[in-house]
Amino acid sequence: MDPVLDNLDLFWSGFLRSLGIALWGAVGSLVLGTVVAVCRVCPVPVLRAFGTTYVTVVRNTPLAVVLSFFAFGIPTLGVNASYYLFGVAGLVVYTAAFVCEAERAGINAVSPGQAEAARAIGLGFRQTLTLVVLPQAVRSVVPPLGNVQIAMIKNSAVVGGFGVGGDLFAVTKRLTSAQGYPLLPVLTGMAIGYLLMTLTAAAGLAVAERRLAVAR
Amino acid sequence: MRTKRTSALAGAAVAALLLTACGGGSDDGGDAAAEPSASEAPTFEAGTTMAEIAERGTITVGTKFDQPGFGLKGLSGDPEGFDVDVAEYIAAQLGIEADGITWVEAPSAQREDLIVNGDVDLVVATYTINDKRKERITFAGPYYVAGQQIMVGADEDRISGPEDLKANPDVKVCSVEGSTPAENIRQYLAAPDQLVLFAGYDECVSAMQTGQAQALTTDNVILTGYVAENEGEFKLVGEQFTEEPYGIGITKGDVAMCEFVNDALASAAEDGYYEESWNATAGQYEGSELPELPEPAACS
Repeated sequence: MDPVLDNLDLFWSGFLRSLGIALWGAVGSLVLGTVVAVCRVCPVPVLRAFGTTYVTVVRNTPLAVVLSFFAFGIPTLGVNASYYLFGVAGLVVYTAAFVCEAERAGINAVSPGQAEAARAIGLGFRQTLTLVVLPQAVRSVVPPLGNVQIAMIKNSAVVGGFGVGGDLFAVTKRLTSAQGYPLLPVLTGMAIGYLLMTLTAAAGLAVAERRLAVAR
Repeated sequence: MRTKRTSALAGAAVAALLLTACGGGSDDGGDAAAEPSASEAPTFEAGTTMAEIAERGTITVGTKFDQPGFGLKGLSGDPEGFDVDVAEYIAAQLGIEADGITWVEAPSAQREDLIVNGDVDLVVATYTINDKRKERITFAGPYYVAGQQIMVGADEDRISGPEDLKANPDVKVCSVEGSTPAENIRQYLAAPDQLVLFAGYDECVSAMQTGQAQALTTDNVILTGYVAENEGEFKLVGEQFTEEPYGIGITKGDVAMCEFVNDALASAAEDGYYEESWNATAGQYEGSELPELPEPAACS
């Protein structure tokens, strides 16, 4: 494991870079995914159509294609930004489609009687959703949302290949290809880095699940 | 028939003189270098690699298939370029005609393995001599010294060398992930984010064309190719700030073969083949200078 121990600082900076991408990806995809999910269940037909189209298009497109679209497509339209921003944006847009579907499943799992009762006492769409349906939906949504976010952390390795650089995957390539370290220990070091992130996320989700659980 | 090696070489020199006059007939490109003519039945000390290859009558050479000017495999099926010409000359010294050469693609990461596993006899593939590689193979040569340089847009005036990068942190520099030039440039940057890395140089060129990167850095010979390919769009700035001596990779410890290759390179320089070949390949790009054959390093 010498190649890893000799370059711990490099691995650490790569780990922080990957962690940054994953954290922005988590925050962004949860916000955007929730917006799209609200669109998909709301009574306005135009927004429903938008939500459905978004999920259909994005969910069925490979991540690498979405990322290429951002990193190579958008600059040709004359819009320039850092590759980091493009990469995170691509990851957010892609993951949001899955977040939306996980949340929609949770919303659908709340019995229709709850929404009907809310309407019967005079609550509007917004109040029905925020006060009655979503709080109940959150519980059943934690495990599938956790799945989506862990997949997103792993997908963040793909982002590094689109000009972002400096992440765990890039560090691995640097050490093996340019500096000639043997492949196996370096790859192991990278795997440990990603495991640290995904296992921590999984532990956090287990805690959240226990807290939110209620007897039914 | 066995003659002494010196007389065989003399015979080859005469044959070369005769054949260069009417050579070039088999070339499909207009100004390609004359084909080297094979030595007739050269003799080598029994047991050497040269004797073994000459006896076999064929040679397997690893080269790049994607490097304009050095080794580029086009529609004709056989790679073309300066590296290819150098390998053909060495083969000719062993008495092997061009059709006795088997070309094998040698991507950067696989070159040592190709030699160590015995898949090829020689690797001539823009192969920088360094100590790390010398642990596994032996280098003959060098036959060319490349150097890292910077390419910028034609109207860029802030950058005139690597030293200007620190003062202009908004100038993004592109290179290839895991390459030596990418490592070399890091010390000149204001922040790690100034370096943009992709899997290949083509992505860097398109990043420059869309304004995502303002500079591209790697060996000068690769850059001159891109300057020529995209007429008027790019220019090279500053001096070469590293030295990348290109050598010919052979089996580790084969001193006799190494000396033989060095002799072949010297005779290529002497009879004008080196210059002629350079002008027809890597030298055809504007901004490249005719190199002198560098002093060979000691064989070990």
